[in-house]
Amino acid sequence: MPLFILASIVVAIVIFILMRLPGIEYLFVAGYTIVQYIVLSTAWNILGGYCGYVNFGSAAFFALGAYSTVTLATFGLQLDELVPESMAPYFHLIFPLPIPVLIVIGGIVSGIVGFGTGYLTLRLRGAFFAIATLALSVVLATLVVNWDFVGGSGGAYVVRPGKFPGLGSYMQYLFLLMLGLAVLSVVLARWIERSRLGYGFAAIRDDELAAEASGVPTLRLKLIATTLSGALMGMAGAPFPYYIGYLAPASAFGLEYAVNSIAMPLIGGTTNWIGPVIGTILLGTLQQVTTVTISSAVNVLLVGVLLIAFVIIAPNGIVGLVQERLRARRQK
Amino acid sequence: MDFPFELLINAVVAGLLLGAFYAAVTAGISISFGMLDIVNIGHPAFIILGSYIAYYFNINYHIDPIVTCLILSPIFYFLGTAIYQVYYLSFEKRGQQSLRGLAFFFGVLFVTEVLLLLAFGVDYRYVATSYIGPSIHVGFVDLPLRMLVPCIGSLILFGGLQLFISHTFTGRAVLAVSQDQLALQLMAVDPIRIKRIAFGVSIAVAAMAGAFLIIIQPVEPSVGREYIGRVFAICVLGGMGSMPGTLIAALLLGVIESITATFYGPSWAPAVSFGVLLLTLAFRPSGILGR
Repeated sequence: MPLFILASIVVAIVIFILMRLPGIEYLFVAGYTIVQYIVLSTAWNILGGYCGYVNFGSAAFFALGAYSTVTLATFGLQLDELVPESMAPYFHLIFPLPIPVLIVIGGIVSGIVGFGTGYLTLRLRGAFFAIATLALSVVLATLVVNWDFVGGSGGAYVVRPGKFPGLGSYMQYLFLLMLGLAVLSVVLARWIERSRLGYGFAAIRDDELAAEASGVPTLRLKLIATTLSGALMGMAGAPFPYYIGYLAPASAFGLEYAVNSIAMPLIGGTTNWIGPVIGTILLGTLQQVTTVTISSAVNVLLVGVLLIAFVIIAPNGIVGLVQERLRARRQK
Repeated sequence: MDFPFELLINAVVAGLLLGAFYAAVTAGISISFGMLDIVNIGHPAFIILGSYIAYYFNINYHIDPIVTCLILSPIFYFLGTAIYQVYYLSFEKRGQQSLRGLAFFFGVLFVTEVLLLLAFGVDYRYVATSYIGPSIHVGFVDLPLRMLVPCIGSLILFGGLQLFISHTFTGRAVLAVSQDQLALQLMAVDPIRIKRIAFGVSIAVAAMAGAFLIIIQPVEPSVGREYIGRVFAICVLGGMGSMPGTLIAALLLGVIESITATFYGPSWAPAVSFGVLLLTLAFRPSGILGR
C-alpha cells in the first residue's frame, strides 16, 4: 500500500511536469476537467461499483461543493456588512479562505448531505435511493435559484487571482490541487477494495440479504460508502467556481456530471479502482476532442450512446474485456 | 379576507386539474415501476417524445395533439415491447437490473433528450388548438380549457387503464406478475410475455400523456427531468402500483404544488415533489394505499 501511494504521487508529479513542458496553458484547462472527472467517477464507483447502489445525483453533490465555495467567497467579500465591526479584523485574517480549506469544507457539506439522503432511503429497496438522488439535484437547484445570496438564477462571479506564487498561473495551481484530489480518491478506492470494508461492500453488491444474514452490518457500510462518495464529489466541486470564474445553477447542476460520472466507471469497469480511471481518461479525452471539433451536444450524445452500448454488450467494461482476453489466452 | 379565500379556491381547483394530468403521467410508471418492478427512469423521455411528435404534426398538418397521440400510441406500444425485450435479455435475465438496468434507462433518457435537442433546439415549443385560449368561469372560479381538456382526457385514460387491469385477463395477469411470477408460470402463462405487454402499455400511455403535456405547457427537451421526481413521488405516495392510490396521490400533489406556486411563487414548485417523496420514504414507504 505505501508503495502504491508513492507510485501514484510520482505519476501525478510526472504528469504535471510533462504538462508544463510545452508551455500551453490550455492543456491545464482541458486537463483539469479530465482530472476532475477522475475524482467524480472514482467517488461514484465507491458506492455504485463496490456496493451496487446507483447515484444519479453526482451533479447535486458536486454543486454542493461548488456552492459552499461561492457562499464562503461571497461572505468574504461582504464581511464588513455581515460581521459586527469589533469582530471584523479577525475575520479578515482568515478570509478569503485558501482553496484547500474550501475543499475540505465542500467535502464535509456534501458528505453530510450524502449521509442524510442515505439514512432516509437506504433502508428501503435500492431503487428508492437512486430516485431520491435524482430528485435531489432538482431540489438543490431550486434552493440555489431562490437564494439570492449566492446569485440566484443569475449566477455568481468568483474572481480568480491571476498568479500563484511559485507556479506561475493560478490555473496550474488549481490543476495541481485537483491532481492531488485524484491521487487521494484513487488511493482511497484501492484501499477500500482490499480492506474489510471492501469485502463488506462486495457482499452487499452480490447479495444483500445473504450479507445481512451473515452478520455484515449492511446499513452502516452503505452509509459509510454514501458519505465517502458524497464527500469526494463535494471536494471535486469546491475549486470549480475558481476554475470557471462565473458559476450559474445551470452549469453547476449540469446533467453531464451525473451522466459522465456514471458512464465513465461503467465503460471502464466497476469492480476495480483502475476501471473508472481508464474510463475517464478515454471518455474525457474523447469529449475534449469532440467538443472542440464537432459540438458539445454531439459529445453528450456520444456519451449516452456509449453508456447504453457498454451496459448491454460489455457489462464489465473495458477492464472486464481485458480480463476475459487474458483468461482465454491462459487457457490456450 | 375575501380575496385570499378566492385565491385559495382557485389554487385548489387548478391543483385538481393539474393533479388529474399528473395521474396520467404517472400511470405508466405505476405499471412499470409499481407492478413490474422495472425502474424506468427514462419514462419522462417518452412523454416528451410524444409531446414533440404531437407538436410536429400540429404545426405542419394542423392535427389535434390528442388525435395524433391516439394514432401514435400503438407505435409507442411496440417501441415499449421492443425496449422491454432488450432490457429483459440484457439485464433481467442476467440478474443485473439494479445497477446496469438503471444506467441503461438513464442512458435512454439522456439520448432521447439530446436527440430532441439536436432536432428541435432548446426553444420552448407549443401547439395551437381552439381550446388553448378560452376558459369557463363558474362564479369566481376560473376553469381554463387548456387545463380542463387534458384533465378530462387524463381521467378517461386513467379509468380505461383501471378497467383494463381489473377486468381483462391480461390486466389481471399483470397484477399476478407483480405478486408471484412463479405461480403465474405454473398457470401456463408466460410471465415475460405479460411483462412485455404491460411495459408496452406503459409506454403507450406515456405518448398520450405527452399530448396532454404540450397542451398544458410549452415544452423543451429537458422538461422531462422535472417530471422524474414528480412521477416517482406520486407513485411511491400512492402505494406502488395501486391505481386508485396513484390518482389520490396525484391530485394531492397537484393541489400542494398549485398552492405553493400561488402563495410562494412558481420557482419553488419543483421542490415540493421531492419534499413529498422524502417524507413518504421516511415515514410511510408503503404509501397511502400500499399493499
